[in-house]
Amino acid sequence: MALSRLASSSSSSRSADLLKPLCSAISLRRPISTDTTPITVETSVPFTSHQCDTPSRSVQTNAKELLTFFRDMALMRRMEIAADSLYKAKLIRGFCHLYDGQEAVAVGMEASITKKDCIITAYRDHCTFVARGGTLLEVFAELMGRQAGCSRGKGGSMHFYKKDSNFYGGHGIVGAQVPLGCGLAFAQKYSKDEAVTFALYGDGAANQGQLFEALNISALWDLPAILVCENNHYGMGTAEWRAAKSPAYYKRGDYAPGLKVDGMDALAVKQACTFAKEHALKNGPIILEMDTYRYHGHSMSDPGSTYRTRDEITGVRQERDPVERIRKLILSHDLATEKELKDIEKEIRKEVDDAIAQAKENPLPESSELFTNVYAKGLGVESFGADRKEVRAVLP
Amino acid sequence: MLGQSLLKIRPAISVLRSYSSAAKQMTVREALNSALDEEMSADPKVFLMGEEVGEYQGAYKISKGLLEKYGPERVLDTPITEAGFAGIGVGAAYYGLKPVVEFMTFNFSMQAIDHIINSAAKSNYMSAGQMSVPIVFRGPNGAAAGVGAQHSQCYASWYASCPGLKVLSPYSSEDARGLLKAAIRDPDPVVFLENELLYGESFPVSDEVLDSSFCLPIGKAKIERKGKDVTITAFSKMVGYALKAAEILEKEGIDAEVINLRSIRPLDRSTINASVRKTNRLITVEEGFPQHGVGAEICASVVEESFAYLDAPVERIAGADVPMPYAANLERMAVPQVEDIVRAAKRACYRVVPLAAAA
Repeated sequence: MALSRLASSSSSSRSADLLKPLCSAISLRRPISTDTTPITVETSVPFTSHQCDTPSRSVQTNAKELLTFFRDMALMRRMEIAADSLYKAKLIRGFCHLYDGQEAVAVGMEASITKKDCIITAYRDHCTFVARGGTLLEVFAELMGRQAGCSRGKGGSMHFYKKDSNFYGGHGIVGAQVPLGCGLAFAQKYSKDEAVTFALYGDGAANQGQLFEALNISALWDLPAILVCENNHYGMGTAEWRAAKSPAYYKRGDYAPGLKVDGMDALAVKQACTFAKEHALKNGPIILEMDTYRYHGHSMSDPGSTYRTRDEITGVRQERDPVERIRKLILSHDLATEKELKDIEKEIRKEVDDAIAQAKENPLPESSELFTNVYAKGLGVESFGADRKEVRAVLP
Repeated sequence: MLGQSLLKIRPAISVLRSYSSAAKQMTVREALNSALDEEMSADPKVFLMGEEVGEYQGAYKISKGLLEKYGPERVLDTPITEAGFAGIGVGAAYYGLKPVVEFMTFNFSMQAIDHIINSAAKSNYMSAGQMSVPIVFRGPNGAAAGVGAQHSQCYASWYASCPGLKVLSPYSSEDARGLLKAAIRDPDPVVFLENELLYGESFPVSDEVLDSSFCLPIGKAKIERKGKDVTITAFSKMVGYALKAAEILEKEGIDAEVINLRSIRPLDRSTINASVRKTNRLITVEEGFPQHGVGAEICASVVEESFAYLDAPVERIAGADVPMPYAANLERMAVPQVEDIVRAAKRACYRVVPLAAAA
């Protein structure tokens, strides 16, 4: 392992633009390293490929990036755990699918692309939304169904969108997001945008027929589509070996090349996504299988322990936790002290708590919002409430 | 420069289409083809996708010549994978393109219905306006001739029940041109229900209709024939049948008003109710299954809004409540015929003793 050691360079310049996507209304800013001197790190395991070359195990990074990874993932972790509490306090209703454990995929992917590239995912979308620039307030307000939510309270946990950052949701029907993502890639190619689309799906969704239909068309038409299987090894309560005859998801593209990646290693994710983007722009679709893990059950109604052992969960947490990996990397390279990292985490806790407090104060939508956005162009037609003689509205 | 609404009432003479001479004639097929051509020419974001739309020139030749004119980037032949290509179409619409997705018949749209409803119709609402979906799903709907149960269903009432969709169904060439143009220009998902048996039918079209800026408003029905004794609502092929029924009824002293719905969702409740308030009697006609059909919704609307004006119970003429049979005699019994509409109109006018009473 060739590690280049740097003298600690904790400069006190504030990097506001690093913190911006993650803050709601924030006071304190800690100085974090803005050092961009290259550091080379080896990925935890080599990549395995199907029908293509593998990218190098050596990943270029720097102090600024590693500290950003740490901060972003710690924030996502804290956010999801806070959502768990809010759900149990009945402030969040219905569905709530948490991403803690999988943060490296969201963060590594974002580091390899620009906002011109599109991302679309399924319902485990809170962290992907934040990685694309969504704020904590938008997250918590939407989860609690309030006006300040990213979908003004009308979507809920599974329907976060941020079109101005090319984040297309947020989809509740398993597998549907993959053809939609290939459609985004089609539109990018049609518009000559020189950008790609990442369509994320789980190991459960990997068996969906529409996925193969969309992949077939994408390969025929050379679309810049990257299909990313976030393999957390369980489709709800069904382990991958019980659902898939072939759980080698990166090979399932057959004619389409694939790469298997350690999804708990943010740098490996970054490397794979960079590789995939280059490939997709030149050669059409490619599959990335991210070997990852979710600590929570499928959703808040699933304890997550009836189909897997507590030992397995703690084992992954101890051996492979994505946040801990980056923490160890930062400490071993002397990029920050333990105290500095703990301070960042304290700051994050406060940010999250502040956002939750703000979201709790935020009102529910006005009743008139029942009838807004049914159409983009309502044509002045009438819509009805439960008792149409009592509640009618004209759609603008 | 949007649509000019053609609300002028046609004189009775033009109902007899075979006698038109002065106006230019155009088949529904030509009307759809020219509408697609003009909209693709006007807006580079419009593209066409479906099975056989390109090299085959369209399974029913609706897209004839378009591949040659616009190239393979804008006229795309897809594999036989409706779920896949409908999803791809919706994704492209999310990004801002304007796809026209063709289903070879709407029976096959059931393979893609999740994308039509969950990915397209609901997105603008769930995202509070961030994700509008300017897509058109079009193709033949309803019964053809002798194609059997799996190829003959009418999907108007299923799609029209879903908020977030607009559902249109043209009858004449003017309808086909004006409504398809409106659908392509509309920023919301539109389900455009054509009819295979109408593709070859000719209708007179005025210069106004032929102009490339021609457009019909979505949500407005057309009174095809003015009358005072009974209102008959219909859409697509059944409009022709209703007009024929009106001719027969006229000879028997019943003056029927025929409404061509054009738009199933939004439904033009005000035109329908205004008509029923004038005639006091209503027959709804559709090809599709009767239960939970378009006629059921129209009947409910009239009972809710114009109950005091009804002089007779609302009559529904619909396809038979059975899967479509193949044998010619059974098939004939499974779809409405002109005499069914005539009989129902007479019943509404209390001119016929019900058969049951004769037992």
